[in-house]
Amino acid sequence: MIYFDNAATTLMKPPSVPQAVAQAITSFGGVGRGAHQASIAAGTTVYRARDAIASLFGCTDPRRVAFSVNATASLNAAIRGMLHSGDHAITTAASHNSVLRPLYYQVDHQGAELSVLPVARDASIDYDAYVRLFQPNTRLVVLTHASNVTGDVYDVARMARVAHEHGACVVLDCAQTAGSISVDMNKLGVDVAVFTGHKGLFGPQGTGGMCVSEHTTIPPFIVGGSGIRSYDRAHPPVMPEALEAGTLNAHGIAGLLAGVEYLQQTGIETLHERTLALTQRLEVGAASINGIKLYGGHAGHDRCGIVALNVGDCDSARVSDMLSNDYDIATRAGAHCAPLMHQALGTEHQGLVRMSLSSFNTEQEVDVALNALEDIAHIVFPPSANQCAVPTKAADNQSAPFAEAANN
Amino acid sequence: MRQKSKKLVITFDSTADAMAMECSAQSNGIPGRIIPVPSEISAGCGMSWCADECDAPRVLSDVENHAIAYLGIHYLMMY
Repeated sequence: MIYFDNAATTLMKPPSVPQAVAQAITSFGGVGRGAHQASIAAGTTVYRARDAIASLFGCTDPRRVAFSVNATASLNAAIRGMLHSGDHAITTAASHNSVLRPLYYQVDHQGAELSVLPVARDASIDYDAYVRLFQPNTRLVVLTHASNVTGDVYDVARMARVAHEHGACVVLDCAQTAGSISVDMNKLGVDVAVFTGHKGLFGPQGTGGMCVSEHTTIPPFIVGGSGIRSYDRAHPPVMPEALEAGTLNAHGIAGLLAGVEYLQQTGIETLHERTLALTQRLEVGAASINGIKLYGGHAGHDRCGIVALNVGDCDSARVSDMLSNDYDIATRAGAHCAPLMHQALGTEHQGLVRMSLSSFNTEQEVDVALNALEDIAHIVFPPSANQCAVPTKAADNQSAPFAEAANN
Repeated sequence: MRQKSKKLVITFDSTADAMAMECSAQSNGIPGRIIPVPSEISAGCGMSWCADECDAPRVLSDVENHAIAYLGIHYLMMY
């Protein structure tokens, strides 16, 4: 398989990651739940992971790193803990549903207000328009560091500066950027940086968390066992336990630590340059194929390893399925949980095919994918016809025409 | 058979602090080990650092030098 779905989950991991998980799962007790060696082994590994994550994100104190099961869980905790009745929040149309839905929840159930900065058709945002969204009651700005649809990296430092000038806190969704590009929360000026473990950090699924700045307080979102202050009625507010109720996924965090150590040893910049070179090779090659439409990729001041495309007006699900079924190339089609981004790009009905690369991919794989795209473009645009041979999603609910076209 | 002796017990505000102590001890050879917080100090759960009283100056010096955050310092007669 050629795996180009790394923006969802990186499949190719450094060998040290599965080794760390395997070792942990046969030797770890519960973190903070006992003073025996099995518990201490888990506890020290998790602490080393906090330290490594803090170092990676420019977070000053490892105790300000709170683990969770993924970015969505941490975004819920941050947004629902920091945005209250009467508060106003700002986000952008580049946001994933893991940002949008907690914000909508606070609007619909808690009396908060929300403004969404539009994204243009080329995936760019208007920074002047962003400034105009601030209100006297703006308390929270939730930014997506990079679009999970197009890979465009936005100028977060600039937006965070404006937010702080207006007295608002900044939560940064680093799901696509953590491990892929340098993310220093101090340099960027963000108050909370949310990450997930299973993408660019090369960790297992079920790992994630957030780095919380010294001056930011997020109340416990999920409460329960903490391993400390067991006779207190309320969940202890001390970090990181405040945001870590229940037994941590220490087995997964051991793998996450191995992934982060790989990044630190190899260098994020080195890996990013490699991924970017592959991405550009894929993009340039795809752009030369008749009928391929590309989306975004040049709207930010940097980009992640994503090439977003469609083949004419052909349903993205069909193209992605052809890539998978006929060429064993894994991509993702559809809306990518980013509805506003697709409205901005004009792809809310067609969706788009996201080909997301990692530093473990190769030029040979890119070239195989380009040949596959060329084949598919010939299927969609037969040399003798002007019309799309594979019906679009809106026009066709039958699978037969697809099968016929795919067999051509 | 174990005899009671005077021990230094350092408590922490969070498990993360206790693990920071353990990691630092492993790296720097600080005497002592993690134990459950004795009920004389606090009922409930939690981790603390226990060392022989004779090692207290070295332990406390290392705690300060390595900026380990702690909650309290206690001396207890313990098995």
